[in-house]
Amino acid sequence: MESGDKVWEVFIQKKSGLPFKHAGSVHAYDKKMAIQNARDSYTRRGEGRALWVVPAEAIISVPLDEADAYFNPSEDKIYRHPTFYDIPDGVENL
Amino acid sequence: MDKYQAAFDAIIEKDDRVEPRDWMPDDYRNNLIRQISQHAHSEVIGMQPEGNWLLRAPSLRSKQVLLAKIQDEGGHGLYLYSVAETLGVSREEMIDQLHEGKAKYSSIFNYPALNWADIGAIGWLVDGAAIVNQVSLQRTSYGPYSRGMIRICKEESFHQRQGYEIMLHMAKGTPEQKEMAQDALNRFWFPSLMMFGPHDADSAHSSKAMQWKIKRESNDTLRQKFIDKTVPQAEFLGLTVPDPNCKWNEETGHYDHSPFDWDEFWAVVNGNGPCNKERLDHHKKAHNDNAWVREAAVAYAKKTESTLV
Ligand SMILES: [Fe+2]
Ligand SMILES: [Fe+2]
Repeated sequence: MESGDKVWEVFIQKKSGLPFKHAGSVHAYDKKMAIQNARDSYTRRGEGRALWVVPAEAIISVPLDEADAYFNPSEDKIYRHPTFYDIPDGVENL
Repeated sequence: MDKYQAAFDAIIEKDDRVEPRDWMPDDYRNNLIRQISQHAHSEVIGMQPEGNWLLRAPSLRSKQVLLAKIQDEGGHGLYLYSVAETLGVSREEMIDQLHEGKAKYSSIFNYPALNWADIGAIGWLVDGAAIVNQVSLQRTSYGPYSRGMIRICKEESFHQRQGYEIMLHMAKGTPEQKEMAQDALNRFWFPSLMMFGPHDADSAHSSKAMQWKIKRESNDTLRQKFIDKTVPQAEFLGLTVPDPNCKWNEETGHYDHSPFDWDEFWAVVNGNGPCNKERLDHHKKAHNDNAWVREAAVAYAKKTESTLV
């Protein structure tokens, strides 16, 4: 990783136990500056109880023009859902 | 007491969740690694008895369903290995421990799936028991484990239903089919109940794990929940739970049960079940036979280091 000014993605955990959610990004020169900038930019109103920063260049994304090929194959697999199965009335806790 | 210990204690006390970068006692970390890696190994080894029936599934529909379920279990294994990795253990170490017999997996998977009714019984009873355990673990004190359990429970919801559907078809089918369903229930009932582990009084790891809120309910509490849910489901099928003492108890508000055969349980845990050797040998063989895939992946990664995706 090169040193100097770079972009960091910011993830905030709102409450204990919840997943960390992407909030936005900040510029910073090092790790410590990155979490401080993230705190100052994104958690001024009690938005979080925990914070992660990740170098933006570490994020890999599915290219939008390939999204169909990536995600559509799950659409016709309705048997992955519990509603696919006939459970007669009178059977409980299933 | 130092401030790190105090912060950790406060998280547990308040029923908050510990995150990977928080300080935690070594015992807590090791206890989690042991439990989560065992959980991960169980998901993966559990694919074997069911995989055995993929090519013999009685219809295209049932084959698709079984394949989707097994695929989910592989996914559950991966989620759980990833959770354990946040604690500083590597996947390689965990696989080594499994192969050396140092890490266990749920002993239920050391029983064979002999026929198609067994596939029904596994989904209904084995996944059913796993769900009771995993629902409780959604409130475990380690954040990544808790979130993993929430995701897994959502995915599990079809597993038990597909098993029960098979049981329904067979129990309402020909006399021979019904007999197969009853036989599968007979063989899987007690091993499923013993999946919850030893009685609370004899459970080596339980009390610490309960104090740390890694486990939220005791083995016996979870087992009783499962029994109470499942006996009426068996009655609906017109099948009989293989325990003459399994009767509703007005006083306790629960079903009673006979004492378990713990000698059999420990024999299976310690390697002497019907399929222990087969399960482990198969895992080792698959791992070693596929070493070339890992090598090829390394070579390909080197070649494509500079591309975007
Ligand atoms: Fe699973
Ligand atoms: Fe499952």
